[in-house]
Amino acid sequence: MNAEAMKKVANDTQKHDDIIGATRGLNYDEKCLFDYPAADESGVDLPSLQNIKLRTGHKAREHVGLPQVKEPEVLRHFVRLSTKNYSIDSGIFPLGSCTMKHNPRLNEKAARFAGFAHIHPLQPQSTVQGALAVMHELQNMLAELTGLPGVCLTPAAGAHGELAGLMTIKRAHELKGNGHKKIVLIPDSAHGTNPATAVMCGYEVRNIPTKETGRLTLAAFKEALGDGKDVAGMMVTNPNTCGLFEREIVEIADLLHKAGGYFYCDGANFNALVGKIRPADFGVDVMHINLHKTFSTPHGGGGPGSGPICVTEELAPYMPSPVVIKENDESYRLEEDGERETSLGRLKGFQGQFGMHVRALTYILSHGADGLRQIAEDAVLNANYVLSQLKNDYHVPFEGPCMHECLLTDKLQKDSGVTTLDIAKTLVEYGIHPMTVYFPLVVQGAMLIEPTETESRESIDRLIAVLKQAAADSKAGYSEKLQKNPVSAPRRRLDEVKAAREPKLRWKPN
Amino acid sequence: MTVKYTKDHEWIDTTSGKTGITDYARDALGDLVFLDLPKAGRILKRKEYYAVVESVKAASEIYAPVAGEIVAVNDNLANSLDDLKEDLDKGWIVQLKIADAGDLNDLMDKAAYDAYLRTLG
Repeated sequence: MNAEAMKKVANDTQKHDDIIGATRGLNYDEKCLFDYPAADESGVDLPSLQNIKLRTGHKAREHVGLPQVKEPEVLRHFVRLSTKNYSIDSGIFPLGSCTMKHNPRLNEKAARFAGFAHIHPLQPQSTVQGALAVMHELQNMLAELTGLPGVCLTPAAGAHGELAGLMTIKRAHELKGNGHKKIVLIPDSAHGTNPATAVMCGYEVRNIPTKETGRLTLAAFKEALGDGKDVAGMMVTNPNTCGLFEREIVEIADLLHKAGGYFYCDGANFNALVGKIRPADFGVDVMHINLHKTFSTPHGGGGPGSGPICVTEELAPYMPSPVVIKENDESYRLEEDGERETSLGRLKGFQGQFGMHVRALTYILSHGADGLRQIAEDAVLNANYVLSQLKNDYHVPFEGPCMHECLLTDKLQKDSGVTTLDIAKTLVEYGIHPMTVYFPLVVQGAMLIEPTETESRESIDRLIAVLKQAAADSKAGYSEKLQKNPVSAPRRRLDEVKAAREPKLRWKPN
Repeated sequence: MTVKYTKDHEWIDTTSGKTGITDYARDALGDLVFLDLPKAGRILKRKEYYAVVESVKAASEIYAPVAGEIVAVNDNLANSLDDLKEDLDKGWIVQLKIADAGDLNDLMDKAAYDAYLRTLG
């Protein structure tokens, strides 16, 4: 960062004491909707239940305990809450592994076209040919980008895609008479969903240790593989959760394939590779794609997510149904249930998150091949910029360059008593959403930062400046200040331990 | 009584077979919020996980340092997580009937474990 930029951010930060950030909302302790005194009117007029008899013969309950609040109060309640929220539309959101990037408004425009927004999944297929064409085109695009020709768009989110992918592998093993293969190899740096998926599928997880180098090594893989007779497959994220590219992945995939196992790639970090290399070329057999990460569909707050899977030609017969088929007469149709006998069947009602398919295709087409490549390049460039600026302020456990996210730890701050959590809370104090903390688990005090490709230099510089300041403060003996953060957010430091030990999961009347 | 250690930060008392996690592991995990305990009678293979401990940072599996049968479970821990530490009296998780005393030879003694901790920095 040049001196001028640093000065600008310093100015910004100096003002900090006398401005309230845009995301903090009114200084108003918002109570639960249920705690409002019952108004004599409510936003909705419901008929009296007095004379209604249920078909069971019982009398209807007159009181169900719903809040009774006037329409303007309901509206204000939710609008005030929304101003306390933080989203990608209010500032940088550098959560590692999550790819919280800008959702272009063009996607929204396309998704709101009447022919996409106002159709029903039970409509005759002859009347929704345009929608089916969108899905077919997206299937083709994802096949091209991954090098994996079989594409099923139905999984509803990333973890659902993982399940669909692993069930495809299981189905293939079972139909090929390899049902005895029960082990799935997973590096210890994996996303927690990977082992959870394997166990959900009835597999047993065998860990591959990566602690020393942050990467998979051929030696560690060989040891975990053993003779490979019982190994059904391997689940690997590439680039991995330390933000590093797995350099020995081709050799590892070869050995796995020789042992009769399939390579499942967690596609969470695909934005680092999209348009640059095709996962099939480093040996991937199945991969899910988070449309809500790489392809910019809304993310968080229910999204909804969308997690299509892409598989090799060999595995395509086994993947879930339905896929969209293009007929010889150029018409489109959804595959019928049971049409592909080897398929594992349906995993979701209808055909997945169609609105997300429209947005993702819009994103792909509006960027084009060169634009997609630039996404990967900018994602990697931005993360390396952050790494290069902070490498002297924070401990870097694995030497760079990194891919789309960079990994730091609180090791240098250890003696000052300042922890990763304090640094994250300091970002909250400065109106910035924290990075991913304490993940990956193999690195103590981990801070995983993914600025994403859509952040401007200015916003990344501001993140860097606050992190630099936090490191400097801890070095200068101001640990207590950091440990107290946040002090100007709607809530101060929350008691995470109490929240986890004594959770209050729902409102109860006194 | 001799206590031995694993690289995964488990300790075991070679006489009683009581086992748990070391203070280092406990500090690394941070404030604990949940402990999922096994039932007595389970037969464990070496390095098989038998309990899960959850902190505000992470959920971790706890492994058997040696093969053996669980003969007793320290049920008190579930309600007093702060007791979980390197402590034979209150801090152990399960007591194992050690299947093969030879397994113990592969574990570290206190001096070797302390030296190992220093390599972790």
